[in-house]
Amino acid sequence: MLGLTRKDFTLLLVVVALTLLAPIILNPFPVSSSLGQSFNAGYPALLQRFAIFGILVIGFNILFGLTGYLSFGHAAFLGVGSYAAVWMFKLLSYNIVPAILLSVIVAGLFSIVIGYVSLRRSGIYFSILTLAFAQMSYALAYSVLTPLTNGETGLQVYASDPQILAGAGAPSAPHFFGLPMASSTTLNMGGWAFTFEVGYYLCALMLIAAFYLSIRIFRSPFGMMLRAIKSNQTRMNYTGLNTKPYMLWAFIISGMYAGLAGGLLAAMDPLTGAERMYWTASGEIVVMAILGGVGTLIGPIVGSGVIKYLENIVSKINENVLHQWFGALPDPIENGLIWLVHPFVGEGWHLTLGLLFMVVVIFLPGGLVQGGQRLAALFNRKSGTVTAADRDAARQKSAE
Amino acid sequence: MSKSNFSRRGVLKTGAVTGAGLMLPTYLRAENHTGFTNAPTGDTVTFGFNVPQTGPYAEEGLDELRAQELAVEHLNGIGDGGMLNTFSQKNLDGTGILGKKVGFVTGDTQTKSDVARAAAQSMIQKDGCIMINGGSSSGVAVAVQGLCQDAGVIFMAGLTHSNDTTGKDRKANGFRHFFNAYMSAAALAPVLEKAYGTDRKAYHLTADYTWGWTQQESMAAATEAMGWETTQNVLTPVGAGDFSSYIAPVLNSGADILVLNHYGGDMVNSLTQAVQFGLKDKMVNGKQFEIIVPLYSELMAKGAGSNIEGVYGSMNWNWQLQDEGTKAFVKSFGEKYGFPPSNAAHTCYVQTLLYADAVARAGSFNPCAVVEALEDFEFDGMGNGQTLYRGSDHQCFKDVLVMEGVASTSGNANMVGYDTLKIVEETLRAQVEYAEDHPMFAGGALGDCNPGA
Repeated sequence: MLGLTRKDFTLLLVVVALTLLAPIILNPFPVSSSLGQSFNAGYPALLQRFAIFGILVIGFNILFGLTGYLSFGHAAFLGVGSYAAVWMFKLLSYNIVPAILLSVIVAGLFSIVIGYVSLRRSGIYFSILTLAFAQMSYALAYSVLTPLTNGETGLQVYASDPQILAGAGAPSAPHFFGLPMASSTTLNMGGWAFTFEVGYYLCALMLIAAFYLSIRIFRSPFGMMLRAIKSNQTRMNYTGLNTKPYMLWAFIISGMYAGLAGGLLAAMDPLTGAERMYWTASGEIVVMAILGGVGTLIGPIVGSGVIKYLENIVSKINENVLHQWFGALPDPIENGLIWLVHPFVGEGWHLTLGLLFMVVVIFLPGGLVQGGQRLAALFNRKSGTVTAADRDAARQKSAE
Repeated sequence: MSKSNFSRRGVLKTGAVTGAGLMLPTYLRAENHTGFTNAPTGDTVTFGFNVPQTGPYAEEGLDELRAQELAVEHLNGIGDGGMLNTFSQKNLDGTGILGKKVGFVTGDTQTKSDVARAAAQSMIQKDGCIMINGGSSSGVAVAVQGLCQDAGVIFMAGLTHSNDTTGKDRKANGFRHFFNAYMSAAALAPVLEKAYGTDRKAYHLTADYTWGWTQQESMAAATEAMGWETTQNVLTPVGAGDFSSYIAPVLNSGADILVLNHYGGDMVNSLTQAVQFGLKDKMVNGKQFEIIVPLYSELMAKGAGSNIEGVYGSMNWNWQLQDEGTKAFVKSFGEKYGFPPSNAAHTCYVQTLLYADAVARAGSFNPCAVVEALEDFEFDGMGNGQTLYRGSDHQCFKDVLVMEGVASTSGNANMVGYDTLKIVEETLRAQVEYAEDHPMFAGGALGDCNPGA
């Protein structure tokens, strides 16, 4: 189906089902329950981020997962895409179509320039070059190019902006030909409430399209070539094959994915700032990819989802919430439990993430996807089943 | 490897499913109209406290959070009531707001606009917050203020000092109690004139972003008006860490004043290095060389230690003030946490009470009613004397404190930053007022209040 093998098509269907039903799946608890207040993640703003960062890391994975080139400056493309989109809002209108198109194009052009220079080196030198470019972009956006980026305050749309295509009475928020991104409907069922938002569904469709394209790239001769570069670029060169164009294309595609993500971020929330390009943002992308599983299809979505969940949900569990949870217990036990749990939630979510990352890197080199496959193998009772990710990890080891 | 097997049936089917998926959200569009976003329905009303809990301003953010929790306690009738007893309005009696108990959720902004907006969105969409309070940087405050305007909730800004927050980027749903760069400069100028005379040459080191620029612009304008000369303004990258390469040229520039338009860790580093270079002991043009830090905070004073001795700066409020409101607040904060509140804590505490009072006076949580209640609202007893919330730009006007760094009076290491700043002068409100269309604040428009929904 759709040019995919049966297995890949099933995976695509799973992703489609998960993204379309996410507003329900991520709201497993009644709204007013204490569990719901702490763990429900099915509100539009976060759902959008799940989808957008999913797209971003899928794109990153095409570069890092297939070619093994670790770009440490991917956030630059995200930022450039966002700036392009917000400028479209400022100049044309709040319609998201030109904004998203331009953000992909600008990020693509930007990645040609950076890719052309950075790809002259490989390994750590490539990573440092991309990092340097990204930090340069950040510094430029933060202060030097302030007329273009509005510096620290961030670029946003003012009522005085031209918006030449916006007719009278046009929506004053991002919209898709009149359909506002923020319009939503809430389905109340008993204690549960599910919010379906137009913006999220746009992101979800983009995510599905991005995911489908990534499967096709993975399975194409082009993808095979990229894998060959990963396993031994020198040998490829000796056989008389010029690997540069393949690398550059992988880099550009990856940059355009990031541009799309940046455009979508701006379309959901029409403001952007330089910190979107900061090196920690680039690092976060790398962590997401590794956490989910580098070189796997679904890994990027899992990795970005886990980190966004920790960042937005676990970081909000403060001491008061803990007191609510354990309030029924006798005081010494309550305080003991809070003392035990508190460092890992609220502002301590970074610690939880760090521990999780260490566990994954040490015990599951194939990321959380490998963990899932191992679990599945456990339940399938087929002992000795070697998972795809295991194989990939083993191959990487022998290649080193 | 790739095989194309698009069948007409397959394409039609996929198209139909996609189309249906696209239509679904439109079809289901039926919002329940309550009049405004997150109208509280139960017996509680939820505030969102959005402060940096990690990152460079975490200590300030956590202090803000302490004050916000204290404010909620006082609103709910727990504790001694703090400033509710000294506030000129008596609509709040410790039974919550309009009979509803006050609850709150917290978020971590990490001092990043994106993260702050994500946290605010979660507060609005998930937790049903009716008001967002907090912020420890102008970029974040401006970003969250815009979000609240679009979503239809009230934003009570915390620590944000840039002119833009109530200037170029002012919004109808946003209010700022804290003072701004213009007020700092206007308050400092007379004191500087008295201390250092009118014939001085000032060298500016400025953090290279919006706040730094507005601070520098305000300081240059105010000091030039009294006869000083601005010899040079050098922009420094934010978070530079090492400022020695910027400070060395000051020595040979012929300037006899160094103005450090830095904040937070940058200010601690640049001031420390300037002192290490011996600037404070130098004589230039026959005058003692002096350093000025326009914006002070307890946290920065703590970080800079004894280097701040003899350095002038300004503050929105200080715990050493002797009015009734300050005493009541310092007492209840001190009893709960064991140390005095910072001026960041004070502004967030006051903002929370002011919002609650505005709701009580308006008789409604509707943002537009609250905006109306706060606009041109005159009050007293909150530590800053007689204060006005100006309706045309949603900026508070009140006395501004000029501070001087001194040696610790108590010698207690825990009090460094709290007792190493001395109040030199309470500059009166009239001195720091400006017209709403002042060039440094021009280019913005409040727009209409947005109740959302």
